[in-house]
Amino acid sequence: MFYREAGDFKTTYKDDNQTFPIKFDRYRYYFVLFVAFALIPFMLNDYWVNAIFMPFLIYSIAAIGLNILVGYCGQVSLGTGGFMAVGAYACYKFMTGIDIWLGGVQYALPPINIFFSVILAGLVTAIVGALFGLPSLRIKGFYLAVATLAAQFFLVWLFNKWEWAYNFSASGQINAPERGIFGVNVTGPNVDAWAKYLFCLVILTICAVVARNLTRGSVGRKWMAIRDMDIAAEIIGVNPLKAKLSAFAVSSFFIGISGALFFSVYLGAVEVGEAFGINKSFLVLFMVIIGGLGSIFGSFAGAAFLVLLPVLLKNVLVGGLGWPTDLAAHLEFLIVGALIIAFLIAEPHGLAQLWRVAKEKLRLWPFPH
Amino acid sequence: MSNEGYVTADGRKIGGTVMEMKNITLRFGGVKAITDISFDIKQGEIRAIIGPNGAGKSSMLNVISGFYVPQEGEVWYKGSRRPQMRPYEVAQQGIARTFQNIALFEGMTVLDNVMTGRLNHMKTGLFSQAIWKGKAEQEEVANREVVEKVIDFLEIQAIRKTPVSRLPYGLKKRVELARALAAEPSILLLDEPMAGMNVEEKEDMSRFILDVNDEFGTTICLIEHDMGVVMDLSDRVVVMDYGKKIGDGSPDEVRNNQAVIDAYLGVSHD
Amino acid sequence: MSDQLVYAMEVFLNGLMAGVLYALVALGFVLIYKASGIFNYAQGVMALFAALTLVGIMDGQVPFAHLINAMFGTELHHFGWHLPAVVAILGTAAVMVLLSWMVQKFVFRHLVGQEPIILFMATIGLAYFLEGFGDIMWGSDIKKLDVGLPQGINAWIDNVTFNIFDYGFFIDNLDIVATVIAAILVFSLVLFSQYTKQGRAMRAVADDHQAALSVGINLNFIWVMVWSLAGFVALVAGIMWGTKSGVQFSLSLIALKALPVLMLGGFTSIPGAIVGGLIIGVGEKLFEFAIGPMVGGATENWFAYVLALIFLVFRPQGLFGEKIIERV
Repeated sequence: MFYREAGDFKTTYKDDNQTFPIKFDRYRYYFVLFVAFALIPFMLNDYWVNAIFMPFLIYSIAAIGLNILVGYCGQVSLGTGGFMAVGAYACYKFMTGIDIWLGGVQYALPPINIFFSVILAGLVTAIVGALFGLPSLRIKGFYLAVATLAAQFFLVWLFNKWEWAYNFSASGQINAPERGIFGVNVTGPNVDAWAKYLFCLVILTICAVVARNLTRGSVGRKWMAIRDMDIAAEIIGVNPLKAKLSAFAVSSFFIGISGALFFSVYLGAVEVGEAFGINKSFLVLFMVIIGGLGSIFGSFAGAAFLVLLPVLLKNVLVGGLGWPTDLAAHLEFLIVGALIIAFLIAEPHGLAQLWRVAKEKLRLWPFPH
Repeated sequence: MSNEGYVTADGRKIGGTVMEMKNITLRFGGVKAITDISFDIKQGEIRAIIGPNGAGKSSMLNVISGFYVPQEGEVWYKGSRRPQMRPYEVAQQGIARTFQNIALFEGMTVLDNVMTGRLNHMKTGLFSQAIWKGKAEQEEVANREVVEKVIDFLEIQAIRKTPVSRLPYGLKKRVELARALAAEPSILLLDEPMAGMNVEEKEDMSRFILDVNDEFGTTICLIEHDMGVVMDLSDRVVVMDYGKKIGDGSPDEVRNNQAVIDAYLGVSHD
Repeated sequence: MSDQLVYAMEVFLNGLMAGVLYALVALGFVLIYKASGIFNYAQGVMALFAALTLVGIMDGQVPFAHLINAMFGTELHHFGWHLPAVVAILGTAAVMVLLSWMVQKFVFRHLVGQEPIILFMATIGLAYFLEGFGDIMWGSDIKKLDVGLPQGINAWIDNVTFNIFDYGFFIDNLDIVATVIAAILVFSLVLFSQYTKQGRAMRAVADDHQAALSVGINLNFIWVMVWSLAGFVALVAGIMWGTKSGVQFSLSLIALKALPVLMLGGFTSIPGAIVGGLIIGVGEKLFEFAIGPMVGGATENWFAYVLALIFLVFRPQGLFGEKIIERV
C-alpha cells in the first residue's frame, strides 16, 4: 500500500545512485537516525547500555569491517580478534601518550584526544592488516583462512609479551584512563551512560556511511570483481594486489576502531588473551554470516542478533527457569552453531536477504499479481 | 610484413598495424601449445583466428591479453615492444576481451558488471571515495553516462538492475560484450562470441560485432568455430592447426588454401 | 658433544612425538577433504567429543545429566558402573558412526554443490554445535582418561642415552605408543583404500562425484563411511591427547594445530599430513628451545601458523599438493 516505487521517478544518475532510492526507505532511515540520536540517549540506563547497546554498536563496526573483507572482497579472515587487539593496544598507547627510547633519550608524545586516538588506532590496524593481507595474493580460499590464524595467534602472543605495549604494567592488563571529549567523559570509571552511547554511535554512523560509500563506487566494484572471479577481474584490469590489500586495510581499519572502542569505552580494562582470543574472531564472522555476506545492513542485523541472543537466553534460562549459568552458556554454543548451519543451508545470504525478500513482498502487497 | 593499411572488399579503409605477434612459442611443460606464430592486427579491421579444436586459438588470445607468457617471441603494440606485463596492465593499455566460458561477476547486477568495464577510467582515490560527495560522485555519474550508451547500444536497458546470475546464456554473452565495450578498448578480443547460441542469437551477435566495428571503429580480433560467421564477418583470417599457423589472408584466400582444406577435411597420410 | 646439542636432540625427539599427534588429527581432515571436498574445521572438536564420550561411557555417566537435573530438579549423575576400556571404545566408535550419519543427513546433504568456503563455514558451525553439545551431554569439567596405555618415562631410552651422552632423554611411553598406533592406522587406511571395494569407491568419489554416482556408487554411504573413518581417527587422537593432558576444552584448540600441518602437507596427501605433522612438531619445539627464551617463551602458540604462512607464500600448493594451474 504505502511501500511503492511507482511514480518515484529518477531524472538524474545521481538520484539513481543514492543509498535509499525508494522514498519510503529514505524516510525510514531518517526516522531511525532520529530515534537513535535524539530519543534513545534520554531513555538509557546503565544496564541497557552495557548489556545491549555498547556491544551492539561496537560489534556492528567490527562486522562492517569483516564484511568488507569477507562479503565484498571474498577473502575469509579468522584474524579479527588479533586485529581488534591491535586497535585496543594502539588506542591505549595513543591515549596515554606514546614514549619511544632512542639512544637513551626518551621522546614522549603527549596523550591524544580520545576521538583521534580511536581513529589513529584504526589507521595503525589498517597497516598491520595490510601486512597480514600480503600473502592473500598467493594464498586463496581456506588456505588463506588458516593463514589468517597466524595473525590471530601471533598478535595475541605479541601483546602478552611486549611490555612496552601495556606500559610495563605488572598485571599485563591495560586500563583506560579518564578521557573525554568537549568536557564530557567517555572513558574511565565516571562515565554517563548516554555519553558512552553517543560517542560510539557517532563513530558507528561515520563508519557505516564510509563503508557504504566505498562499496558503491569503483573501489567496491574492484573488491566484488575479485570476490566473484579473481582471474577475470585481473584480465579486465583490476590489480589484484591493490584490490586485496585495500580490502584488508579498510577492513582492518574498522576492526581496529571497534577494538579500540571495545577496550577504552566498553570494558575499560583488558587482558589480551581473554578479550581478543580466537572466539572473538568466530563471533564476528558469525555475525557477518548470519547477517548477510556483502551487506552493510546485514552487519547490523547480525551484530544485533548475536548480541541479543545470549542476553535473551540468559534472561529466560537463568533468570526465568533458574538454570545454572554454565549450562546456559553451553546451550548458547549449541544454538549458535546450529543457527550458523541452518542459515547456510536455508539462506546463505543471511538476515539481509530475508529483509530484501520481505521488502519485495511488501512492494507488491496486497496485490501480488 | 607491411605496415600499411588496405581497403576491404566492402570499401572500409583499414589503418596501419596496431599489434604484431612475432614468432610466438608457448609451452606448457613439454607440450607445445603454440609454435613460432607471427601475424599482425591492423587498425580498424576484424581479424579472425580459426582452427580445429585444440589448435591453440584460445592460448593465442591469452597470450595477447597477457594471461599466458610465451617462452619465445615478442608482442609489439602500437609501435613498441611490449615488456612482460601482468594481465591487468595489458587491460590498462586498452585491450579488452570476452571469455569462452562466460566470466561475468555473478554476484553483481548487470549495471555493476558493465561499470567494472570502466574501472580503468576511474581514478579517484580511496579517500575521495569514502567521502563520496564531490569528486567520486561526479566521476561515477560521468562514467555511468558512458555505460548507459553501451547499454542502449546493446539493447539491454531492461535488465540493467537484474543480478547477472538470473540471466539466460545469450544475454550473459551480451552483457559480457557490454563490459568489454564499456572499457572503450583500442583492441577488442572476442573468444568464441557465438558458442552455444541459436541462429537468431548468432545473427544478433554478428550485427553487434559489425556495428561496434563500424560505429566506434574498434579493432576486433575474434575466435570462432562457425565458419560461415567467420567468413562473413572478418576482413582477414589466421588459420591455426596443432599450434602452427597454416594460413593467413582474406577469407577467400584462406578458403582456397590447400593446407587449410586438409586441416579441416582431414587428409590421408600415406 | 656439547650439552646444548644433546638437549636439542631430546627436544627434536619430543617434537617428533608431538608431531605424530598433530599428524593424527590432520589425517582425519585429509580423509574427509579427499572424499568430499569439505575442509572439516570440526575435526578437532570431534576428537574432543570422542574423548568426552569415551570417558562418559567408561565411568557410566548419565548423558545430559546436567540438563535433566536443571529441567526436572532431579539429582542424576552416574549409572554406577565401570566398563572396561575396550567395550567403551567400541561404544564410542558406534556413537561416532551415528554422529557421522547425522552430520551427513542433517547438514551436508543439504549443502551439496555449495562453494567450498560455505562448506568450510558450515563446519565451523558444526564445531560450535558439537562443543556445546558435548559439554551439555557430559559436563565441561576436566576429566581424567585412562584406558590402560603405558605412561611415564621410558626407562630403556633413558638408560641408553645416559650411557652415551651422560644425560638421560625424557621420552614418554605414551608418545611411543601413539607413534606405533599412528603407524598402524595409516598403514591400514592405505590398505583399505587400495585393496577393498569400499576403498576403491572412496577414491572414485574423491576424483569425481558425478562420475562415481553414474557408475552406481552410493555417494551417501561413502560419505557416511568417510566421516565415520574420520570419527574413528578422531577417537584415536582423542584417546592419546586425553590420556596425555586430560579431556578438556583446550584439546580442540591444540587440534587446531592440525590446520597448519595440512597447509604444509597439502590437503589431499596422507604422507603430506604425516611429514607436515613431524615438521611442525619438531619445528615448534626447536624454535621454542632456541629462540623462545629470548622473546619471552610460549612461541608454540603461533609458530606453526606463521611457519605455514611463510611456507605457503613460496609454495601455495603445499609440500605434496599438485601444482595449481589457473585457467580462464
